[in-house]
Amino acid sequence: MMRRHLGFIAFVGLLGVCPLVLPEFYVTLLNYIGLSALVTLGVVLLTGVGGLTSFGQAAFVGLGAYSTAFLTTATDLPLWVAPFAGSPWIALLAGLLLTGVVALVLGFLTLRLSGHYLPLGTIAWGISLYFLFGNLDFLGGFTGISGIPVLSVVGIELRSGRAFYYLIWIVVLVAVRVIQNLLDSREGRAIRALQGGTLMAEAMGVDTARAKMIVFVLAAFLACVSGWLYAHLQRFINPTPFGLQVGIEYLFMAVIGGAAHVWGAVVGAAAFTILKQWLQDWLPSLLGSSGSYEVIVLGVLLVVMLQRAREGLWPVLARLVPDTKQPITFEVTEVSPRNPILALGTELLDCRNVRKEFGGLVANDDMSLLVGAGEIVALIGPNGAGKSTMFNVVSGVWPLTSGEVRFRGERVDGMGARQIARRGMSRSFQHVRLLPCMSVLENVAIGAHGRGRAGVLAACLHTERREEREILSFAAAQIERVGLGEFMVAPAGSLPLGQQRILEIARALCANPSLLLLDEPAAGLRYLEKQALGELLRRLREEGIGILLVEHDMDFVMGLVDRCVVMEFGQKIAEGLPAEVQANPAVLAAYLGGAL
Amino acid sequence: MDLQVALLLGQDGLTNGAIYALLALALVLVFAVTRVVFIPQGEFVAFGALTLASFQADKTPGTLWLLLAAGGLVSLFEVGAALRRRKLGLVAPTLLWNLAYPALAAAIAVLGHPVAWPLAFQVLLSLALVVPLGPMVYRLAFQPLAEASVLVLLIVAVAVHLVLVGLGLLIFGAEGSRTPPFSEASFEIGSIAVNGQTVWVLVASLVLVGSLFVFFDRTLRGKALRATALNRTGARLMGISTVKAGKQAFMLAALIGAFSGVLIAPITTIYYDSGFLIGLKGFVGAIVGGLTSYPIAAAGAVLVGLLESYSSFWASAFKEVIVFTLIIPVLLWRSLKSQDIDEHQ
Repeated sequence: MMRRHLGFIAFVGLLGVCPLVLPEFYVTLLNYIGLSALVTLGVVLLTGVGGLTSFGQAAFVGLGAYSTAFLTTATDLPLWVAPFAGSPWIALLAGLLLTGVVALVLGFLTLRLSGHYLPLGTIAWGISLYFLFGNLDFLGGFTGISGIPVLSVVGIELRSGRAFYYLIWIVVLVAVRVIQNLLDSREGRAIRALQGGTLMAEAMGVDTARAKMIVFVLAAFLACVSGWLYAHLQRFINPTPFGLQVGIEYLFMAVIGGAAHVWGAVVGAAAFTILKQWLQDWLPSLLGSSGSYEVIVLGVLLVVMLQRAREGLWPVLARLVPDTKQPITFEVTEVSPRNPILALGTELLDCRNVRKEFGGLVANDDMSLLVGAGEIVALIGPNGAGKSTMFNVVSGVWPLTSGEVRFRGERVDGMGARQIARRGMSRSFQHVRLLPCMSVLENVAIGAHGRGRAGVLAACLHTERREEREILSFAAAQIERVGLGEFMVAPAGSLPLGQQRILEIARALCANPSLLLLDEPAAGLRYLEKQALGELLRRLREEGIGILLVEHDMDFVMGLVDRCVVMEFGQKIAEGLPAEVQANPAVLAAYLGGAL
Repeated sequence: MDLQVALLLGQDGLTNGAIYALLALALVLVFAVTRVVFIPQGEFVAFGALTLASFQADKTPGTLWLLLAAGGLVSLFEVGAALRRRKLGLVAPTLLWNLAYPALAAAIAVLGHPVAWPLAFQVLLSLALVVPLGPMVYRLAFQPLAEASVLVLLIVAVAVHLVLVGLGLLIFGAEGSRTPPFSEASFEIGSIAVNGQTVWVLVASLVLVGSLFVFFDRTLRGKALRATALNRTGARLMGISTVKAGKQAFMLAALIGAFSGVLIAPITTIYYDSGFLIGLKGFVGAIVGGLTSYPIAAAGAVLVGLLESYSSFWASAFKEVIVFTLIIPVLLWRSLKSQDIDEHQ
């Protein structure tokens, strides 16, 4: 921690000295690096953190730049625009407002679609906005707008590049800090959970559509601010720097710097800008003709990096400044009581005549089952019997075809996974869905998403630290509860598969559930670990939690559960006490073949 | 706008739309088989057109040097890989394709004096130079990343696009070219003058679409490509080489791209960077088809052509804005239709 702090202080000191000693050319270069870093920060947030990609960020830069250029230079404005004109600061607000509206609309249109539509959409709007800037007469067409006023901050006129330098880099450092704060918070974990796919995040009560929209709008805001700064630095704009080509460059910067790291944006912007400048200087003389040949080298470089070093430059640099991070400190508080406490035997889950069809395939047919508080029910059956489908239908991943599902007396069929999760049903997955690079503690804390209230602004400013401590303490308590306490800060991906399954149980417990759905929790566990898991489930049962589990290990199931429901070909073929079910001829036939 | 103008614009739109439709089909094909959103599709259009233009101007086309260089690079990689696996015997066919073939093509292009050839042979030689670049690009840029996410592949595709545009400027220069039409004929249907090139474009597009249909539906190789598109692992278990499938998809895409370039070059002047916007318009069509449906993609592309043609009449400055904004209602429609369960790659 200390050494990294020292590294940061040295970096800021160096930044502060640069304009005092460097010639004009390098100050200008650093200004452009700062402006690009701001936009690239948004791209990192989108691509490396949220798993979305945009080639159209330059268009948002253009919105910021044109807003202020127009509002501070235009005369004879219509009455409704006039109050916004004249001041660069009001123009900044107006630009942010416009950017926000455009980002919301574009986000609404494209964010729900699967991965590649968003970037394709961004290419399209990148081109559209560029041509729009170039063809609207009141924006000066392709010649642009000149005479943009000088910006003055607290009475100081930022007329020279050197003066402007400080404003740019203060904004960059503040933005980096704000984004770091955001990522280290409940909302930030929800955003990072997007990379694990929407299914898990939704099942943990995260509104993934909202999380995507947050990163998208934030990235657009960062681009807009960069554009506003650019306009007042340059005091002249035309459409060229807001075209698709430049939008692509911002993505390059993020990849080169390290798309998964906030500082990667700054490193990438610097590396790309300097390299491009350098190539532009000597490539034309080498090739004997002028033209933008640097794209050849930069493009090849990008392909090679994606093939060989997808992590980018930042992790390499970060290794030079070893981060002796102290383990996060928190108190493991008493587990707060389940909400609400239910008397043993209270009916939790009641499925009636559930039917699920996929096209012509009937995966579940006329399935009914009951789970009460303080009861462990096993859903067993041969492979392909429809057990996991039943789980997905009950937990709201898929809509059912007919029938009904009641949870604590309320109809929940037709609700989404998120609404059901918030009502106190939590689950694990047959194929483990963790975020391998995040720590065990952070993974589990995703389960506690519904416990927090603090919003994005509070997270960005870190004014929600009390709530955050509570969430982490609660998550840590769940980890201790399932016996993974020693791995608290280890990356989740470093655990063996069996323990990753246990980790999923801790995450599910973090949601404070009254009903747990566990999909093959014992798979991949060794004998002693299975015994420990059995113990844990018994303790949960005593606390009044209802548990529905799918499991193939019959020794494990038979010694543990109160009742078994047996499925075959999507239908229930038997139900009862473990011993009864074991003796049931239909069950034996299902497991051992029909010729019994 | 009177009927005459409307019909003329319709003819223009249909011609361009047919080209976009071909490109849309290639994009859907590449995406289905390799999950690559093939942004550099348009560069093959420009390369095809400009290579033909070079022959006509009695110049050695720069694509030749590109082919030799790319082939050399691929050979180097393949030999390196074979040395590591100690299976040097397997590289002979690769060397044949990547060293011997470009050398032969170079010999023909330099010594054969193609400027004196009939147009059809010039077209064939242009295709022979441009099309092998497709599988080479696949081998160099995409094959090492075959298991990466769609997003990573898309970023690589954009990078490849920029590299090819840069190389295009280097080998062809900044001047645009037009090539002579396949047919000078022009005839009247009612009051409308239809020129021969339009007929050529429409017929060629239909023939290509038809042969693609036959290829995918009737031949084993086509069925293997479809299998790869549906399930890569499953296809591999059935003994289908996904590497080969990828190269074939890129080869077809390069063929369609270069041929589209040859078709469109007599209608509009092609510059080294013209391919991008042409390819993107194919994209808008492909997105209408959700990047999966061939017929809807083709129909969407024709729609794009018509929209472009009519908007160039009404508001020519905003032509591109209108065409690319079309994507937004299309995405909205897709978005409302999609279930979005868990498409995590």
